[in-house]
Amino acid sequence: MYSEKVMDHFMNPRNVGEIEEASGVGTVGNAKCGDIMKVYLKIEDNIVIDAKFKTFGCGAAVATSSMATELVIGKTIQDAVRITNKAVMEALDGLPAVKVHCSCLAEEALQAALWDYAQKHDIKIEGLKPPKEGDDHHDHGAEEEEK
Amino acid sequence: MSTKIYFDHAATTPVRKEVLDTMLPYFTQSFGNPSSVYDIARKNKQVIDQAREQIAQGVGASPEEIFFTAGGTESDNWAIKGVIEANAKKGNHIITSTIEHHAVMHTCDYLESKGIEVTYLPVDEYGRVSPEDVRGAIKDNTVLITIMFANNEIGTLQPIKEIGAIAKEKGVLFHTDAVQAVGHIPIHVKDLNIDLLSMSGHKLYGPKGIGALYVRKGVKIKPILHGGAQERNRRAGTENVSGIVGFGKAMELAVKEMDTHNQKLIALRDQLIRGIAEKIDHVQLNGHPTERLPGSVNFTFEFIEGESLLLLLDMKGIFASSGSACTSGSLDPSHVLLAIGLPHEKAHGSLRITLGMENTAEEVEYLLEVLPPIVQRLREMSPLYEEYIKNQKR
Repeated sequence: MYSEKVMDHFMNPRNVGEIEEASGVGTVGNAKCGDIMKVYLKIEDNIVIDAKFKTFGCGAAVATSSMATELVIGKTIQDAVRITNKAVMEALDGLPAVKVHCSCLAEEALQAALWDYAQKHDIKIEGLKPPKEGDDHHDHGAEEEEK
Repeated sequence: MSTKIYFDHAATTPVRKEVLDTMLPYFTQSFGNPSSVYDIARKNKQVIDQAREQIAQGVGASPEEIFFTAGGTESDNWAIKGVIEANAKKGNHIITSTIEHHAVMHTCDYLESKGIEVTYLPVDEYGRVSPEDVRGAIKDNTVLITIMFANNEIGTLQPIKEIGAIAKEKGVLFHTDAVQAVGHIPIHVKDLNIDLLSMSGHKLYGPKGIGALYVRKGVKIKPILHGGAQERNRRAGTENVSGIVGFGKAMELAVKEMDTHNQKLIALRDQLIRGIAEKIDHVQLNGHPTERLPGSVNFTFEFIEGESLLLLLDMKGIFASSGSACTSGSLDPSHVLLAIGLPHEKAHGSLRITLGMENTAEEVEYLLEVLPPIVQRLREMSPLYEEYIKNQKR
């Protein structure tokens, strides 16, 4: 059900961990839905120089977190804001329909960390929206059920 | 690595060699339609009746009380819809539980949408329905009680005998989905006062696509499949002869070897339960400690999620499940684990190991060896674990 890339990023996740004194930290998702992502960013001179994550969730949740951190490292803040769930998904050679929400969560986690950074430094990043409050009903996409 | 260990026998079982051998002639040689008059067909009527006898003996029923179906789901649907329709004059109320298999739960939901009244009884922390709750829920219009024999996810056995006695005393019909129990633990429908009982072939080393419904003589039930006169006008459709023969053989073997298998399974199960509890912290056994199916183990591992756990076990050649296999395509945590009171995050972190006759103590040891580092690895990745550790340090 998962692509080789997804399995690779699940089995050998990149950038797992925490960053002490991170420039920005974002946590999204909730235990109710079965996935929580926490992303740490280290930003210097407008560039994301490091990213780490911790994720509670399925294989796709781990893989999308891993890929999102890989994509964001080295980017300017302006480019980092523009990383979409689609980009994360494409980089992983796709996700099963029921797991698309994991990629959305990865995008949201990056944005939440960037928002945290912007708040702490009292700056405005173009195109960045505040994280959704009380994300109890994030979109799980098409749910199918097997008998 | 070529290790392949199958630990998902509650999902399905392999067909036993002896069972397959009895089935094979009915595909290419004795393939005749049992309703036909010529020789190769007529004999098939007899083999069906022989299998009916085997099934009946397996649950303590008479052969004429056994009706073959396409599986557990059909048996559950038929029992519930058929009884409700046939007894509409008596009432329109069903009593069931919150931990039923989807085949019962969604059938009750469906009937509820059609105006039937349904009471969903809660369960205790072990997943057991209280017989007194059943008694208290019975009303004048109650037609049917449907409570499963053994739970597919956590293995808990229900107080079937007590519920049967209450149903009999109150004159209410009692159906039980015994798909996980038949052929695994002793069942005698007469002693237990069961009026209808669902079973399935592929959970006891028989083929898929075959099941049966026991309907006690005298119970009013309408067919849900209309067509030919098969199964004494109660279940239309050309008989699945090979499936029926295989199911009969599987039942015969299961009952004959039950004691030997269960001795072994209970030893393996308890080895696994002890091992996990000793080697890994922040775990919780789901289901009843003793009143459970011989091969069933279900644990919650705090701070981690079940699918990740299954993928990593798969990499080690271990095939298990998280919650019910039926919910694997859905993202909601198991309704059974929520019903026994687990919070969502714990319900997401469950692992079900269901042992079978071909499993060995070495395989259980292997699981106990590979599981702790896998759990640890996922915990180190988990923000919930990070939070827990930080709170500990405070």
